[in-house]
Amino acid sequence: MTADPDLREDLPHNEAAGASAAAADALARTAGLPLLLLVGNPNVGKTSLFNRMARRNERVGNYPGVTVERRTAEMALPGGRRALLADVPGAYSLSARSSEEQIAVQAVLGWADNPRPDLVIVVVDAGQLVRNLYLVLQLIELRVPLLVALNMVDEAGERAPDPRALSDALGVTCVATNARSGAGLDELSRAILERLERARPPRLHVRYPQELLRDADAIADALPEEWRGSVERDRALALWALTSLEPDDELVGIPEALRQRCAQVLERAAARDVDREIIESRYHALEALLPGVVKPPDRPQKAAPSRTERIDRVLLHPAYGFLVFLAIMLVVFQSLFAWADPVMGGIESLFGAVHELCSSLLPAGFFQDLLTKGVIDGVGNVVVFLPQICLLFLFIGLLEDSGYMARVAYLMDRALRSVGLHGRAFVPMMSGFACAVPAIMATRTMERRRDRLLTMLVVPLMSCSARLPVYTLIIGALFPPSRFLGVLPVQGLLMVAMYLFSTCIALIAAAVLGRTVVRGSSVPLILELPPYRWPGLPNVLHLMWLRARAFLSEAGTVILGFTIVMWVLLSYPKLPEPVAPPPAAVPAAAAVPSTASDPSEPQQSGARAAALEYSFGGRLGKTLEPALAPLGFDWKIGVGIVGAFAAREVFVSTIGMVYGLGDMGDDDAPLRERMRAEMRRDGRPAYTPLVGLSLMVFFALACQCMSTLAVVRRETRSWRWPAFLFAYMTALAWGTSFLVYQGGRLLGF
Amino acid sequence: MTLDQVVPGSAVIIEQVGGARSFRRRLMELGLIPGIKVEVLRIAPFGDPLELSVRGCNLSIRAAEAKQVVAKRVEVEPLEAALPASVAASNPPASASAGSARVPSRAWESARPRAVSGLAKSAP
Repeated sequence: MTADPDLREDLPHNEAAGASAAAADALARTAGLPLLLLVGNPNVGKTSLFNRMARRNERVGNYPGVTVERRTAEMALPGGRRALLADVPGAYSLSARSSEEQIAVQAVLGWADNPRPDLVIVVVDAGQLVRNLYLVLQLIELRVPLLVALNMVDEAGERAPDPRALSDALGVTCVATNARSGAGLDELSRAILERLERARPPRLHVRYPQELLRDADAIADALPEEWRGSVERDRALALWALTSLEPDDELVGIPEALRQRCAQVLERAAARDVDREIIESRYHALEALLPGVVKPPDRPQKAAPSRTERIDRVLLHPAYGFLVFLAIMLVVFQSLFAWADPVMGGIESLFGAVHELCSSLLPAGFFQDLLTKGVIDGVGNVVVFLPQICLLFLFIGLLEDSGYMARVAYLMDRALRSVGLHGRAFVPMMSGFACAVPAIMATRTMERRRDRLLTMLVVPLMSCSARLPVYTLIIGALFPPSRFLGVLPVQGLLMVAMYLFSTCIALIAAAVLGRTVVRGSSVPLILELPPYRWPGLPNVLHLMWLRARAFLSEAGTVILGFTIVMWVLLSYPKLPEPVAPPPAAVPAAAAVPSTASDPSEPQQSGARAAALEYSFGGRLGKTLEPALAPLGFDWKIGVGIVGAFAAREVFVSTIGMVYGLGDMGDDDAPLRERMRAEMRRDGRPAYTPLVGLSLMVFFALACQCMSTLAVVRRETRSWRWPAFLFAYMTALAWGTSFLVYQGGRLLGF
Repeated sequence: MTLDQVVPGSAVIIEQVGGARSFRRRLMELGLIPGIKVEVLRIAPFGDPLELSVRGCNLSIRAAEAKQVVAKRVEVEPLEAALPASVAASNPPASASAGSARVPSRAWESARPRAVSGLAKSAP
């Protein structure tokens, strides 16, 4: 178990994003708005409460130094006052081991470029009181200005604590709320205002063993000057350091002197169990306070199985639980694969129509091309992803909100752990069969950066739907529609084989990358399976909108830029007038008469082929020929591969253009004919089944997708990981195609 | 016995939590401290991980980590009557302290044997 140096190294890349979040806060500060932080355990309705309270200017930024989302928004307080509300990722405790876990303590204390909060609102699940109060207790010990929102009181039923009694016991104002219905929010706003104006000394006190207090004081002496406050706070910080600091933790910004002092104290106390002393003392204090807060049950009931337990008996059943799981996943997959299709087709035709309209309205020339082939097509390339992104996040929202997502991780943990992936990686991996772009965005459901990164790096290997037209073209053109062993259709088998192949490679890649590039200790799993709840549709839709907005504004601009670059690559430099037939195109064009359907087309199509060949892209294809020859590809395929960087399915139309075929629409029959007839200079066919197989393998493994790279950049906030992704997938594709082609030749195919 | 050996559907009392320090700390912070009653609800289809009920909250941990958590039996459920004698013998029922035999599900009532909590001084 070593702290991954990569994970720390990444920090400088993230500073810009963090600075912008801090800047937004700074702006609000100048307007005199107090900062409120919303903290709490996971699954306590924190996000719902945030959505209820947030009124305007919602921003999604990042915490400084980490790619963890930080949502802020303004909220209205009584008397026309306003405040800035910021969401802190769910945490069970302030103690931390990873930089992600460290966020909570940094945000609460205003460390590491985080603005110091004026009030911390802890959202507490009334049904899980003791465990939730553990976090409250840690905050009390740190003497942070606090307010408790006692959420889901109605769900807790008889076990619901009395807010007033709890307020008295803790010395912290507690307000009963219901984030789903909005009940108690007015009272919460009033309490916030009151609490901002007047401090309230906390009351709860934990009695720690004397030896532990001596340890804590020894550590408190080593605290840096800027961390120090009251005696209680220093002691609490010392306890935090004592439980959190380890030789191999991934925490940042911890002074070396403090680390050393902690190590000394732990060594001195080796015979004792310091962690247990701290945690047990806290739980004792909490349990002692409970009888005055919660009404004891009238009768010692033998609790009937809860609703959640009854549902779990079906959904987590070894047999039908699995069937339900498969059925749910099938619906999600089908929606991405098939249901999104008509909408995406509609978006494509809409942008096609706008493209045509602008072409007819504007005079031909550079600006018309820039606007239509660059900007309009580029915006179309971005918007076309929205249906899948929205659908996937709709489902993810429903699965998360209902509590089923944790069950997915529970069910899939064993299978995915063997290749080093998190159980939650299942939904992104499966979505990768439809499209890598929403799938990569879906990796956000994992908390650890290492798990997210590993999943992001292998999801693009899953055979997405954009590869389908390429497979269809190659299989249709080069493999006979015969049957294997008289029964199984060869073409269908090949298609299935490509999907299996890509899945296996993705899993192997995960196992390898997880041990090399994104090392990092495999963390033992502790998964909470929250109670089942009806998903709140407004929340789900709101989060879906936030995701879509983030994609449009951040990944979208990069995709747009890429589209313009691709347009320049494939259209410039223009052929010098008059059109001189380029020498290389002549033999090919002469050998086989063009099969374009429209008799008036050939000349125009030939000119387009010549223009493409003359462009940067065409030249790049030719330059790449020596590198592609060992894979069995000629320069024309090279041009197709260059063009396919815009999107894999573009390969089909680019290669059609190279061969001087007209606009084919959906019918690639002429292209199939043309490919079969294509000869090399030495008279051998250019496309053999072996070349076809090599090409399919190349497409299965290469990162031929600028949108994937753009969205990885957006999620990792650095160009380093997309660059690595592109490099490793291209190398993998080249190497595997090389083995397939050269191996096949050795075997005599 | 250790937590991975508990028959699904039966409850035990935690005696000792072991394992890697950060994991152990997190588990205890979630309330799984010595003396608390834990029910092993079920085991996932592939044989791992297992699902526990702790203080009314459902948690899932893997068998490898459950092996590090030592527990003792609290009550004999009907399910276990069907077990082979050898298994039953290796898991003797909880020690004769009758008080801990019936452990209420309420967290604050958790019948922690006093001897375990030598460190606890908070409760008045």
